[in-house]
Amino acid sequence: MTEIVSGRIPRHGRRIIGIWLVLTAVAVPLIVLVLGPHLPPGRMTAEAASQRDANVLMTALLVPIALLVVVCFVYSFAVFRQRGEVILDGPPLKGHAGAQLFWIVLTSLIVLALAVWGSYTLIAGSHGAGGGQGPDPVAKPNGYQHALPVQVIGQQWEWTFRYPTYGGLETRDLAIPNHVLVAFHVTSIDVTHSFWAYELGVKADAVPGVDNVAYVHAHKTGFFQIRCAELCGLWHGHMAKKGRVLSSSAFQAWIAAAKTKNAAVMAYLPKYNRVYFPAPLRRAG
Amino acid sequence: MSATAIAVRPPVWRRVIGFNMLTGLALGISGWFLGGWIGGQMAVGHDYLLGTDQNDVGIFMGYLFAIIGWLVGLGFANYPIGRLLGRSPTLREHETAGWTRYFKMCTDHKVVGIQYLFGVGIFFFIGGLNAMLMRTELLRPVERPWPAGQYLTLVSLHGTMMIMMTSAFILGPFGNYFVPLMIGARRMAFPRIEALTFWLVPAAGLILMSAIAFGGIATGWTGYSPLADEGRAGMDAYVTAFILIAISLTLVGLNLLVTILTMRAPGLTWTRLPIFVWGVLATSVLMVLAAPVLVATMTMVLMDRAANTSFFLASAGGSQYLYQNLFWFFGHPEVYILALPGFGIVLEILPVFARKPLWGYRLAVAGMLGVTLLSFMVWQHHLFVSGMNAGLRPFYMLTTELISIPTGFIFLNAIGTLWRARIRFTVPMLFALAFFFNFLIGGLSGVFLSDVPSDVTTHGSYFVMAHFHYTIMGGLVFAFFGAVYYWLPKMLGVTLNETLAKIHFWMMFVFFNLTFFPLFAAGFLDMPRRVSTYAPHLQVLNDFVSASAFMLGFSMLIFIANLVWSLVFARVPALANPWASRGLEWQLPTPVPTENFERIPVITSGPYEYGVAGAPPVADFTPAALPAAGS
Ligand code: HEM
Ligand SMILES: [Cu+2]
Ligand SMILES: [Cu+2]
Repeated sequence: MTEIVSGRIPRHGRRIIGIWLVLTAVAVPLIVLVLGPHLPPGRMTAEAASQRDANVLMTALLVPIALLVVVCFVYSFAVFRQRGEVILDGPPLKGHAGAQLFWIVLTSLIVLALAVWGSYTLIAGSHGAGGGQGPDPVAKPNGYQHALPVQVIGQQWEWTFRYPTYGGLETRDLAIPNHVLVAFHVTSIDVTHSFWAYELGVKADAVPGVDNVAYVHAHKTGFFQIRCAELCGLWHGHMAKKGRVLSSSAFQAWIAAAKTKNAAVMAYLPKYNRVYFPAPLRRAG
Repeated sequence: MSATAIAVRPPVWRRVIGFNMLTGLALGISGWFLGGWIGGQMAVGHDYLLGTDQNDVGIFMGYLFAIIGWLVGLGFANYPIGRLLGRSPTLREHETAGWTRYFKMCTDHKVVGIQYLFGVGIFFFIGGLNAMLMRTELLRPVERPWPAGQYLTLVSLHGTMMIMMTSAFILGPFGNYFVPLMIGARRMAFPRIEALTFWLVPAAGLILMSAIAFGGIATGWTGYSPLADEGRAGMDAYVTAFILIAISLTLVGLNLLVTILTMRAPGLTWTRLPIFVWGVLATSVLMVLAAPVLVATMTMVLMDRAANTSFFLASAGGSQYLYQNLFWFFGHPEVYILALPGFGIVLEILPVFARKPLWGYRLAVAGMLGVTLLSFMVWQHHLFVSGMNAGLRPFYMLTTELISIPTGFIFLNAIGTLWRARIRFTVPMLFALAFFFNFLIGGLSGVFLSDVPSDVTTHGSYFVMAHFHYTIMGGLVFAFFGAVYYWLPKMLGVTLNETLAKIHFWMMFVFFNLTFFPLFAAGFLDMPRRVSTYAPHLQVLNDFVSASAFMLGFSMLIFIANLVWSLVFARVPALANPWASRGLEWQLPTPVPTENFERIPVITSGPYEYGVAGAPPVADFTPAALPAAGS
């Protein structure tokens, strides 16, 4: 009896691998070619593109792993099923050193490759991938000294933006120039928020008393969605607005218009600063 | 030995009046008013009151005295006072029999297990009702029918309640009930502490719910300062409840840890220990090390709110990074406090219905211990975009991804155990297998979150929300129901209706996935967490999710119906060992005798020796030589 059964083992293994190969061969091209172009956050900026690539690669890598496990399970359900009411014991297999070692080595290699690749794209490949890096960024893009600084100020429940190179101009809507490296300096004057510019691929917590820097380099003009990604109280869901990537000339025109529009208010604003002393706390109603 | 003492049943009034839950409630409510008054006296005239329209000192003192009243009313002061008066020490556990003992302090681990099962189950149900109300709100992209503040309180109550209650979801009922039975002990190491851990749970749950009366909770379950300092008095409830639960979890962990380390029956070597007990052991280590950090953190919030300190207030020199680090230093191990017991349960169930030894036992143990160790080294993955320590991100990316190696072991164990097995698809087995499917998706989606470029997209979005529901609800809750169907016959002595159970399983499995899988897409499509307003073009998606969520909720009603039907009406007595399991707990009669084992058994073989030719029975119940003391 054991002879017959053990003679069949390799067949099970080969069948499982076969099914898995077929499914993977179907799934991976579908993921890369069909699903991939829809994965967030798009290709409006270099940083967004790096996140898109990460998402596509990750999906294409993890789906085959999931398929392998699911195929093993489902195959066992179908083939090793005990029908009827009888209770019979299976073969007393307690482990297999080779199989265990193989699994450990395989998963370790995948994990290490993921971590190395993730660190590389984060630091060298995409300069922080649009994430907030704190007051002194470690992953700096070329020419970061000449990046256009744009300050993002979170407060309950509104975003405002300041342009220190344009006299500390403060606006309620955000525009950035195309093909120019922009450094967002995100801060807050009350509780913690998180500045999320979806299509730009930017997310950086707005923390009171902290200047959180995130770089972005836009390739395309158009609108992008701004939201708050850290719960900040009652109207957290309403801290949403549209921002724009404008061509250089349009951006200059926009700045000029914003300056005249806000001229009357500018006199009352505090001087531009990297952080603002948060207002003393008050219990909100 | 003391069986004769119960012979005379006390009159009914004697069972209602005395140290029990009713008295506890009465004293607790009186304590609330007394404490409130004392706190008022303390705070009067202090300038901190100027910044607020409410007196946090009074509220905290109210809760403190309410807790003291609750515990005194339940009789937790009797023993220490008795000792002070010079009475001899007793474990008065045989004082009462009958159903009233479930409403009292009781030091029998089997009673505590059932108290936990129903206590935690009720709060889980309330948390689930909150979820239904939330999904009602999300049917439309505007704040209707509940206003924004109410929705936020619902999110916070649901999240906090679920996290608090599911932390003890398996260790509470099944750890307390079955660990002594599985290791051949007559009780837990600290029976009085065991009773305390349970009775802190309803106190915490009720206090948390009292937040509704005090302006709600605006912070979600994570309670980030400075938002928490800004919140109204409902935050005081959140802080107090979390402190209570954290104390309870620490003690649960300590008790189980000591029990497993010191009270195993002779012959129960580490390689014969049931894998569930290993899971409990690993979880206990996490609880003992992580939960006290939460007590400290919450105490700091309490001080910030009531005593004018500023640990977390940037406006007075504090830092919210301190809060986030402290919170997640607890919070990430907490995630594994929720995962590891599930691993233990499913690996315990699998061999029984595959009729094969657990494949790769040592690997499973190594996996659990590996997760335990690594889980303390990953917490800053919650702060990837916070602007703190950006240089450390590759390190935390690496450690987070490393955790998937030991977690992967558990999957290999399952695949190996099913290999050439004789699988029977009983209800516990179905839940255990569903666990693997759900946890696979939950775990792999976690790999996205561990990769910083991906996390920049998904952090704070519904993707995260889908991810942790897959691991907690799809993992822990499915494992919980697996355990319920597997062990309830032993605990309650009745057989559950199998048809209803299968309907429950299939509805829960299908609608769970229909509810939460689309939410990955919602996150990818730019929907942040914790919002009652969302982009109108996501309404179809959200309506679909809500509809499935209601069906998911309905499947829970089927379970409850089954429980009530089987327990109250059908009452089909359970066999002593309906699954033909080799587990030590199944070799005992049903109902389990008060003393569990007449004699401490001698363990002669491992619990998973299915099909092993000539394997001896799992234990010798009438050992010739009396074992050494230690029970
Ligand atoms: C019927 C099943 C459930 C449904 C429909 C459901 C639904 C939800 C919804 C709509 C949210 C709010 C998401 C957001 O806006 O951020 C949420 C949050 C949450 N849920 Fe559930 N949930 C369910 C079960 C569970 C279970 C079983 C657990 C844990 C054991 C759980 C734990 C949480 C936690 C921790 C949060 C986060 C709260 C926060 O953001 O602070 N949920 N759930
Ligand atoms: Cu915000
Ligand atoms: Cu974590």
